[in-house]
Amino acid sequence: MIAQAIFYVLAVLTVGSSAIVAFSRNIVRSTFALLGAFMGVVGIYVLLAADFVAMIQLLVYVGGILVLTLFAVMLTQGIADVTISNRAVGRLPALIISAVAAGIMIFAVFRTPWRQSARIIVAPTTYGIGNAFLGPYALPFELASIVLLAALIGAVVISRPLDRGVSNRLSNEE
Amino acid sequence: MAPPSYYMILSAVLFCIGVSGVLLRRNVLIIFMSIELMLNAVNLAFVSLSRAWGSVDGQSIVFFVMTVAAAEAAVGLGIILATFRNRATVNADEINLMRW
Repeated sequence: MIAQAIFYVLAVLTVGSSAIVAFSRNIVRSTFALLGAFMGVVGIYVLLAADFVAMIQLLVYVGGILVLTLFAVMLTQGIADVTISNRAVGRLPALIISAVAAGIMIFAVFRTPWRQSARIIVAPTTYGIGNAFLGPYALPFELASIVLLAALIGAVVISRPLDRGVSNRLSNEE
Repeated sequence: MAPPSYYMILSAVLFCIGVSGVLLRRNVLIIFMSIELMLNAVNLAFVSLSRAWGSVDGQSIVFFVMTVAAAEAAVGLGIILATFRNRATVNADEINLMRW
């Protein structure tokens, strides 16, 4: 009963914040609303007894991605100028596409007989996840670390200003 | 304990908000945030089904999704900042460097 009430509160927080993120005219407000959306999802993970995933969500999304996004928002001036809707798609077709997608998904949710585990197990999930990473998911785990390393090096290369030798060569070619 | 269908509907709603954000907005940073919302929606579906099935496989996959999201954030924001430095715009319609 009380879990149901908590679920509704978290769902309203998550959906409301997400709507602000997607539809707000003010980008700083959007970015801060992203915090509400991520925190709502953290709460739902805790409600689902997924302790490891909840903490990782808190560290990676709130502590990492959100702060990075905030930096990007603050570092780009004149960012509030772009508030108009997308020219390529148009407002009405975009809303129709989203509504149809939502309708199909919710229809599928109601049509599917969802299986529910009978008993509620409240136990740390880290043991099982750790075994999964060292057992069946060992190769994907290593690949993920290589992808992350490559992405970090790529991000450094992309966001660094051009060094003098390269820019001289570029201006000589022009 | 709410049944799994509640969580799936929440996930579907969250995903569609992300889709409409990507389709409606022209600011690349908002599009980026909407993509993060969609990734979150998928993670939510994975965790709720992992709970319903009493297995940790879904939660392991969420970890990989988060890895990809972190890589995407680092590279994506780097590209956005580099584009902004060169073109002084965050309007997705004006970013056509790859077009000829």
